[in-house]
Amino acid sequence: MDDKIKKVSIIISKGGLEGVYPGLIMANGARMEGIEANLFFTFFGMDAITKKRMGKIKVATVGNPGMHMPSLLGILPGFSAMATSMMKKTMDKLDIPPVPEFIEMIADAGGKLYACKATVDMFKLKKEDFCEQVDSIINVGKFYEIAAGGEIIFT
Amino acid sequence: MAQKQYGPATVEVDAEGYLSDFSQWTREIAAAIAKDEGIAELTPAHWKVVEYIQKDFKENGQVPSIRKLNKSGVISTKELYELFPGGPAKKAAKISGMKKPEGCV
Repeated sequence: MDDKIKKVSIIISKGGLEGVYPGLIMANGARMEGIEANLFFTFFGMDAITKKRMGKIKVATVGNPGMHMPSLLGILPGFSAMATSMMKKTMDKLDIPPVPEFIEMIADAGGKLYACKATVDMFKLKKEDFCEQVDSIINVGKFYEIAAGGEIIFT
Repeated sequence: MAQKQYGPATVEVDAEGYLSDFSQWTREIAAAIAKDEGIAELTPAHWKVVEYIQKDFKENGQVPSIRKLNKSGVISTKELYELFPGGPAKKAAKISGMKKPEGCV
């Protein structure tokens, strides 16, 4: 029993649905197992907690070999929107919520959300630009402090 | 198949103590499983969750997810985590006499 994971700190650094969801699912899954979970959003991963963007995150159809189709198709207007809508429908059936609802669910489950200071400065964002579930804007040093004694996962 | 004593009864269980046969479930057994899971007493709020899970399973053949419990207005996610600390979906399912939930969310 002693080698059970007690705490995870997950870094979400990539944008797009395929960049954001894995970290959210792992954080929520950790809480479901009674594991303490921290989420640290950085670079384009920050879209997931930015009020203006969190509801509009799409799946990348260009330069994404996982789409199993030529990238040339992916540049067609509306293609990304269509692929996103298909993916969202499938996920909804599996009870995987849309990003804003997922963020709320993780926060309600006791997960802690943080925004990366360097990215905030770079994109000239303010605390008000983030959804209410974001605990605070922290630097890398503080992140390591919060993550101390647990596992760190980078996505 | 393994057997386990829950309160007044000995029942068929899987390797993790989930009931193998729901027809053996009783409220006394539920209370005993809850104690095993660190929940000293099942309050009316707990029972509301248990009853919904059983009803939903009967209708859909699936243990409802945390999201469904929240959306159906049975219990908010926050309260669910408070009522079943350290693993709400699994603990609520176990107490309700269900199999271990297999979904990731």
